Amino acid sequence: MAASPGDRRLHASSGDEAAIAERANALCDAALAGDRRALARLLTAVENRTPIAEAALRRLYPLAGRAQLIGITGPPGAGKSTLVAALIAELRRAGRPVAVVAVDPSSPITGGAVLGDRVRMQAYAGDDGVFIRSMASRGHAGGLSSATSAAAAVFDAAGFDTVLIETVGTGQSEVEVAATADTTVVVEAPEMGDEIQAIKAGLLEVADLIVVNKGDRPGAHRTAGQLQAMLADTPREARPGRPAPKHPDVLVTTAATGEGVPELLVALDRHRAAARGSDGTATRAARAEAQIWAVLADRLHERARSIEAAPIAAALLGAVAAHELDPYAAADRLLELMAGGGASPSPVEESD
Amino acid sequence: MTDRPLKVLIAKPGLDGHDRGAKVLARGLRDEGFEVVYTGLRQTPEMIVTAALQEDVDVVGLSILSGAHMTLVPKVCALLRDRGMTDVLITAGGIIPDDDVPALKESGVAAVFGPGTTIAQVADFLRANARPRD
Repeated sequence: MAASPGDRRLHASSGDEAAIAERANALCDAALAGDRRALARLLTAVENRTPIAEAALRRLYPLAGRAQLIGITGPPGAGKSTLVAALIAELRRAGRPVAVVAVDPSSPITGGAVLGDRVRMQAYAGDDGVFIRSMASRGHAGGLSSATSAAAAVFDAAGFDTVLIETVGTGQSEVEVAATADTTVVVEAPEMGDEIQAIKAGLLEVADLIVVNKGDRPGAHRTAGQLQAMLADTPREARPGRPAPKHPDVLVTTAATGEGVPELLVALDRHRAAARGSDGTATRAARAEAQIWAVLADRLHERARSIEAAPIAAALLGAVAAHELDPYAAADRLLELMAGGGASPSPVEESD
Repeated sequence: MTDRPLKVLIAKPGLDGHDRGAKVLARGLRDEGFEVVYTGLRQTPEMIVTAALQEDVDVVGLSILSGAHMTLVPKVCALLRDRGMTDVLITAGGIIPDDDVPALKESGVAAVFGPGTTIAQVADFLRANARPRD
């Protein structure tokens, strides 16, 4: 297991740090000047969470915060990628630049992935106003990869005014995108379930907009009607200490033909305008909180992995397996070890 | 990071509707632990190179069974060079006569994988020859 960037920095000489900062700055300069290859390289650094990425984000994060981050989520096969392609077309007709982060699942067994979302978005090879990046989820649950927020911030800083974030095909409870995006669009296909599906907790609760795609299929408008009827019962007022309930519009689109997509863009722009006001303050605070916690969890996870190889970790594991020790006590011992730095440091790579 | 998966673009250049091989390879490389971006059918060299650039892939694999490899493959290689991607490993596969292989290698292709190549052979070659990165 590679050492975390944080650990690496402790061991790196100041010369290494200067080299990393210099490389990060060179990539940022080029990317901000419109060099797409430099931008792609930055995204790779972010995805691989290298020291260069952290140095670059220190510089880019203050430049971000202007774009609208739009999460597109929903079950596999609902038409998310096709809808993203249709939104790209609509945004480009208006001359607006757009970046896409499309996440597909990684194999839990081999770590490999097939990233196939691009297949539906290929018509913009000569257009510098479109940048599409596929990402594997790399073991991250929740429908995104752990680098998705950072990748969106890089696009934002590079001047992309709209960033579409397409999640993996989600089930009922992958709601992380709502903490990442300014606007969350839940895409459903017709006849995916009855009214009971529509009142279940989860994905629909975090939607700012609901799109019933494949509007040319029988049942599309009935599905939209059922969703609308369910949403009409959502309380207007927030209960104390809870976020205000959302009242998403329900739209019907046929992404493959573009029908309903201009109306979707109007709805997205309206939501963006509302979010600029006080409506958006709570969302932005929630997003900052989610991001910090995600980074913290990543760092703790890396620290935990770095002591995994320590003899005491193996001893604890053996003790739990033999039912001599309970898992809670074992986890507490490992936490003490991490906090005290008592474990022998993991082998640190000198180069990456 | 050394445990970062290699990223491979599998592309079908030109007017060639036969993508069974490309899909088998995409799936097989997935099972070998690669992150595989698949472009779909009927890609122009410009589309392939744009995808390679935006995805920052380590490898571009071109699958071609139409006979147009002597036109399309060197064009992809030249465009990749033009856009600064000199460190990207380029491979080709499909139906490519042995006689054409030297010229393709001359144009920048590192390896040509014909019928009978196993997924493991491709995977081993990519692991051994893909660029080191920062």
